Amino acid sequence: MSATDSTEHTRRDFLYVATGVAGAVGAAGVAWPFIDQMRPDASTRALASIQVDVSGVEPGMSLTVKWRGRPVFIRNRTEKEIEEARSVPMAELKDPVARNENLPADAQATDIDRSAGEGKENWLVMLGVCTHLGCVPLGQAGDFGGWFCPCHGSHYDTAGRIRKGPAPQNLHVPTFAFTSDTVIQIG
Amino acid sequence: MSAGHSTYTPKTGLGRWMDARLPLPRLVYDSFVAYPVPRNLNYAYTFGGILSIMLVAQIVTGIVLAMHYAASTEVAFNSVEKIMRDVNSGWLLRYLHSNGASMFFVAVYVHIFRGLYYGSYKAPRELLWILGCIIYLLMMATAFMGYVLPWGQMSFWGATVITGFFTAIPVVGDWIQQLLLGGFAVDNPTLNRFFSLHYLLPFMIAGVVVLHVWALHVTGQTNPTGIEVKQKTDTVAFTPYATVKDAFAMVVFLGLFAYFVFYLPNFLGHPDNYIEANSLKTPAHIVPEWYFLPFYAILRAITFNIGPIDSKLGGVLAMFGAIAVLFVVPWLDTSKVRSAVYRPWYKLFFWLFVINAIFLGWLGSRPAEGTYVAMAQVATLYYFLFFLVIMPVLGLIETPRRLPNSITEAVLEKKSSAAVPATEQAKG
Repeated sequence: MSATDSTEHTRRDFLYVATGVAGAVGAAGVAWPFIDQMRPDASTRALASIQVDVSGVEPGMSLTVKWRGRPVFIRNRTEKEIEEARSVPMAELKDPVARNENLPADAQATDIDRSAGEGKENWLVMLGVCTHLGCVPLGQAGDFGGWFCPCHGSHYDTAGRIRKGPAPQNLHVPTFAFTSDTVIQIG
Repeated sequence: MSAGHSTYTPKTGLGRWMDARLPLPRLVYDSFVAYPVPRNLNYAYTFGGILSIMLVAQIVTGIVLAMHYAASTEVAFNSVEKIMRDVNSGWLLRYLHSNGASMFFVAVYVHIFRGLYYGSYKAPRELLWILGCIIYLLMMATAFMGYVLPWGQMSFWGATVITGFFTAIPVVGDWIQQLLLGGFAVDNPTLNRFFSLHYLLPFMIAGVVVLHVWALHVTGQTNPTGIEVKQKTDTVAFTPYATVKDAFAMVVFLGLFAYFVFYLPNFLGHPDNYIEANSLKTPAHIVPEWYFLPFYAILRAITFNIGPIDSKLGGVLAMFGAIAVLFVVPWLDTSKVRSAVYRPWYKLFFWLFVINAIFLGWLGSRPAEGTYVAMAQVATLYYFLFFLVIMPVLGLIETPRRLPNSITEAVLEKKSSAAVPATEQAKG
């Protein structure tokens, strides 16, 4: 080839670029379905919500239900537990955010914002998944009388707030609502 | 593959015919018969061969186990029990496979420590070392996924904890975890993909092993003196010398393997894994298999926030960092002398590192509370100090012992010094 050829755009240059671009786009287009198939499938995503009858859960009792393959703790707390959770100064909390799907993301981790709200403050509904590495914490255990994760030693208080150990966040409160006085819909 | 030129001469007509078309016999002859190896290799150098045998053993037992195993949460646990009770010789094949994984790691740890002791990673063997690190990573991934397959309590919760590492990554962490699990928690899709990948990865390991051996045969082996081969008298032919030495070590190693298989088949496992997976109940004390314990201890040692990094991400970064640091060892060690034999201070810190690594492993098996956490923090600190401070600084300030001029000289010196005390004894 002579020197003048390299400055001109030839049909060959066009073919090189077109082939390269088509190849790159094609490769990316083919790669995506291979990655996408690994994400949760339609049947997994379809397990959106469940209804739980809590009429038999007296104060001091807990219920564990399975939602989206994971445990959800439903606890009817005693007066003493609520009292203990309320008496904790906000400055002592490791994670000051409520982590409550039913409230704005910046809601404070007060006892009322962790619970089912005004009039239902005895009810606590939380994902039973330690925010550290996903183990199921044990109920009414640990230094704060709430939950204790046996895997790596995270202690949660009676409002499910992280107080001690490696977990970074309070136990998450999923989207839920009382559809009647005795039925909770989760999800 | 050998650096020198080929000395293979086919003796038969078929051999000449083959050599002109596909010189595979020539490759084998040059790589495993005539290939020159340093004459002073000790038994620490036999673990490469042992590892090849273990890889083959794992693939063979794994393939036959896959003929009886079913990767579905409904039947996986029972299919493993069926292998143990109903399948002819199934108990033996499964114990060979599960204990084989442990033996594989025993061998790889000796192999890695040997590399660290004799400075095998130094120029021009950096790529050889890095390929080895990649094999080690693939081994860990394979072993982890294999442990999930029996679908016991430790399988399930180990998978939950280990995939939970990825949630520590800011922003995309949860998305990555769901991509790995194929759901919101460990479940049937997870088990299926782990089985598929557990079958695939050993063949990827085999592929990287080919590159590892290729790189080895380009640079040639190191040896206990760390001095490069300079003359013909420094080496012996691979066959029979290295072949026989490797074979003898393999037989001894397989004896140890057989002892575990026949007398202590569950010694290295956990009783909890004979309880079927239950997604609503975490075992009181989750521990990984013994070969992951040092890294598990490092993960749990980070219980404090470091600036903007919270303790969870910090622990995960420290754990992955503990493996990642191995990749850059060739550039962290500044010493001009390769072998610890001639480096008195490095030798001391190396053995401290070995003891520290075993100590970390023991701590990993303890619950994460009280003084265990503080001890794990000290041990983690030494782990990283060894690589990031001691290795670079020691190479600059240490005065090495006098090096022999060649491997041959080193061997002869050793022989004569061994002979002297014997004659002195005779005099006394």
